[in-house]
Amino acid sequence: MALYSEKVMDHFRNPRNVGTMENADGIGEVGNAKCGDIMKIYLKIDNDIITDVKFETFGCGSAIASSSMATELIKGKPVSEALALTNRAVVEALDGLPPHKIHCSVLAEEAIKSALKDYYDKNGIAYDKKLFPDCEHCDHCCGT
Amino acid sequence: MQIYVDNAATTRISKTAIDAMLPYMDEIYGNPSSLHSVGQRANEALSDARERVAKLLGCEAREITFTSGGSEADNQAIVSAARLGEKKGKKHIISTAFEHHAVLHTLNRLEKEGFEVTLLDVHENGMITPEQVESAIREDTCLVTIMYANNEIGSVQPIKEIGGVCKKHGVIFHTDAVQAAGHLHINVREQNIDMLSLSAHKFHGPKGVGVLYTTKGIVLTNLIEGGAQERGKRGGTENIPAIMGMTVALEEAITKIDSNSLKLAKMRDKLIAGLSKIPHSILNGDRYSRLAGNVHFCFEGIEGESLLLLLDDKGICASSGSACTSGSLDPSHVLLAIGRPHEIAHGSLRLTLSEENTDEEVEYIIKSVKEVVEYLRGISPIWNDMINGRKPFVLKG
Repeated sequence: MALYSEKVMDHFRNPRNVGTMENADGIGEVGNAKCGDIMKIYLKIDNDIITDVKFETFGCGSAIASSSMATELIKGKPVSEALALTNRAVVEALDGLPPHKIHCSVLAEEAIKSALKDYYDKNGIAYDKKLFPDCEHCDHCCGT
Repeated sequence: MQIYVDNAATTRISKTAIDAMLPYMDEIYGNPSSLHSVGQRANEALSDARERVAKLLGCEAREITFTSGGSEADNQAIVSAARLGEKKGKKHIISTAFEHHAVLHTLNRLEKEGFEVTLLDVHENGMITPEQVESAIREDTCLVTIMYANNEIGSVQPIKEIGGVCKKHGVIFHTDAVQAAGHLHINVREQNIDMLSLSAHKFHGPKGVGVLYTTKGIVLTNLIEGGAQERGKRGGTENIPAIMGMTVALEEAITKIDSNSLKLAKMRDKLIAGLSKIPHSILNGDRYSRLAGNVHFCFEGIEGESLLLLLDDKGICASSGSACTSGSLDPSHVLLAIGRPHEIAHGSLRLTLSEENTDEEVEYIIKSVKEVVEYLRGISPIWNDMINGRKPFVLKG
């Protein structure tokens, strides 16, 4: 189907870093089953470096591909770089997404932020609250 | 390898239909409105096609209007009945919540004009009863429009009985028979149908052509103004090749209804039995009052588009009814209408068979769907939560 780029199809067919993680340092889950997509990200963090990352996604092809690409983009990177990951970077790395699928990349960005927030909270690390706008609800997708 | 099981979306045009069309492109290409012989030969073909289609539906030739397809026929039927009602001060229309958008969106437009629309509940099995229709009919009801067979979940409505109720109360009855024509025996007189829409490409005819049957006495409102074609009720030079292809395809389909239904129902039942074995899945649409070629399931914990893409990788062309493919993010209005929760409605799969499918394909589809569902559940966080007891299942195991 020409709905998606080759990159999207590759990450959808062969998702990287898929799975769960025992004793993750940070876990983030965003989205809503009602809207048809949920992403869950698990992070392993050592000395401020994301040494491992896993994801589980319930969603369409571009949701799975966006999660996969986002995990690739942050693996081995310092926390600060992961925090700076934007949905735009995910879209670009995937060679684009159809307009009505952009929210999948937003969800991927939010899932990573949510996992990092969990890491900060668990470790009592102080942070600027503005870094994490409320991303628990995916109200922008289907208005349920 | 390619296994096509999306025949409710469209079918392969038959060889017979193609052969019937070709002469009207390169030999008898005249405009039926022209007085010269090439035009008049086209005009004779048009009259002949109209007679034949009328015979197939059990009506008269003058009750047949050729349209560009099912959507146009639905639009014109509803708008015409509404305009007639309006003149008598009747501005109430009865329909159902799971009609095709060609019907629902036309009704929305009429609502904005001040019409009142009652959408009947279609119940969990996707069926409505004549009693429901009767109790919804009011003094000011001008139209009942109910689809013959649902395009997603395949449930077939008691059309003759619903038509009977409408007749008793003097209300126009229209049915969108796009999924039924060529697949079920239709006789508009015997089934008390006043208006009926059909589309050729659903029964191995060409795309872009359909029929609106309108019982005599109902005056149509034009959607397309123009020349005197179609008794002045639809402007535009008639699409003769497509009309000829449709006529032949409909004849062929109706001749084969009984043998095809038998063959399709066997494959359908095998698919239903096989896919029902997938835990936490559910068949949508009535088990018995159902199109012979329709299989429609929801699988908990997965999303339909991923399922379709992976099935496509395995050579299976199917459909979901799920949102994501259509560019809207809302799940199917049909599945919501039968009461499936949003999260279940997202995980849908529609397989619609034709006589070209085989038992081997059916086996392969069952095996492939099982594999893909299992894989997608394996990477789904909500499935993970449910399987580990953190969240309850919605569908039984």
